[in-house]
Amino acid sequence: MSTKLEQHIDPLLIPILEKVSDPEIPVLSIMDMGVVRSAYVKNDIVNITITPTYSGCPAMDVMGDDIINAFEDVGKKAKVALVLSPAWTTDWITPRGRKALEEYGIAAPLEAEADKEALLGGKKVVKCTNCGSSNTKLVSQFGSTACKALFQCEDCLEPFDYFKCLK
Amino acid sequence: MKKENLKQYIYGIADNVLILGQRLSELCGHGPSLETDIACTNIALDLLGQTRSYYQYVAQLFDEDKTEDDIAFLRTERQYKNVLLVEQPNTHFGYVIVRQFFFDVFHLQLLQQLQNSTDETLSAIAKKAIKEVSYHKRFSSDWIKRLGDGTEESHQKVQEAVNDLWRFTDELFHMTEDDIATLESGVGIDVRVLKDKYYQQVKEILQEATLDIPETSWFQKGGKQGIHSEHMGYLLSDLQYMQRTYPDMKW
Ligand SMILES: [Zn+2]
Repeated sequence: MSTKLEQHIDPLLIPILEKVSDPEIPVLSIMDMGVVRSAYVKNDIVNITITPTYSGCPAMDVMGDDIINAFEDVGKKAKVALVLSPAWTTDWITPRGRKALEEYGIAAPLEAEADKEALLGGKKVVKCTNCGSSNTKLVSQFGSTACKALFQCEDCLEPFDYFKCLK
Repeated sequence: MKKENLKQYIYGIADNVLILGQRLSELCGHGPSLETDIACTNIALDLLGQTRSYYQYVAQLFDEDKTEDDIAFLRTERQYKNVLLVEQPNTHFGYVIVRQFFFDVFHLQLLQQLQNSTDETLSAIAKKAIKEVSYHKRFSSDWIKRLGDGTEESHQKVQEAVNDLWRFTDELFHMTEDDIATLESGVGIDVRVLKDKYYQQVKEILQEATLDIPETSWFQKGGKQGIHSEHMGYLLSDLQYMQRTYPDMKW
């Protein structure tokens, strides 16, 4: 059902790309976010394509600028283009990225079915990022950014964000 | 299909999204509760993001010297091709939800068809937007039920909005000349075939929300031809204020 991530990235460029983080979730690099689709050098210019997470995500413009700056720091000129298709899915967040999210206090996206039950059916399946309890409740379908919903733990009372499944 | 047909066709889709996004962003900091305030502004952000993709495409196709901002901020009222529904004001929260619900059901159907367009960019924008709009539709359907099947007052208010906004729903299924020209070339879609399924879906949810379905056969139209309601002028003066006052300003 969901599209596989196809990346064409020159391995030599990865260390630099890994230094660029999502401006709204600083613990997550753009590589772990799965938004980098291709990166290669041609005629001394680094060409990067990235896929937007959400159409209106203001972080995308910042990410583009940050990538250009990161390459500038190592003396390289970079160009960034957006590609819409195939559309980004939360499946492209790497296992390392999911772990970083949880440690940062954002519950990582569940599978589509469980996600639906958590957001619409009121099922207690999202785990608290603070104590690990599943005794949590949805506070708001939309959170601080378009990609998140707001939950609260009913055991330790911690409010936390949940990264919504997007497929 | 002439180039101008395609341009107007894209405006027809994109202007709906821009104008509804503008209406929703008026609620930023003014929503009835924090939850709904955040929800409406998040939806507005998705819609503005989609608008940008469409306008960037138009700018790239037709006017090398024009940008997405020129298209959004510097056209005159008659040049906007959005339906009347999306420009209707945020009278009260019942109106915000009903307007959203009436549009979301249509919008999702439209995108599901548009993803098969022979135009690769329109197809890609549609595929991306479907994911977002499904979530919007869940949100607005959910609130229709909460309000309709809620208290006596919430029921009465949401019913009032349903009765008042119903007359704008038929316009969604009108075909303009540009719609027909783009349909013939495989780029555009036929909105007429969506109509039965639309009303069926809308009625199901209204019934579940214990709301009455209006029995009117009189519907208002004109937006798709650029003939808007009085509200549109006020909305545009807000939307265009900065660019009109300080031409070419940048953030
Ligand atoms: Zn907890």
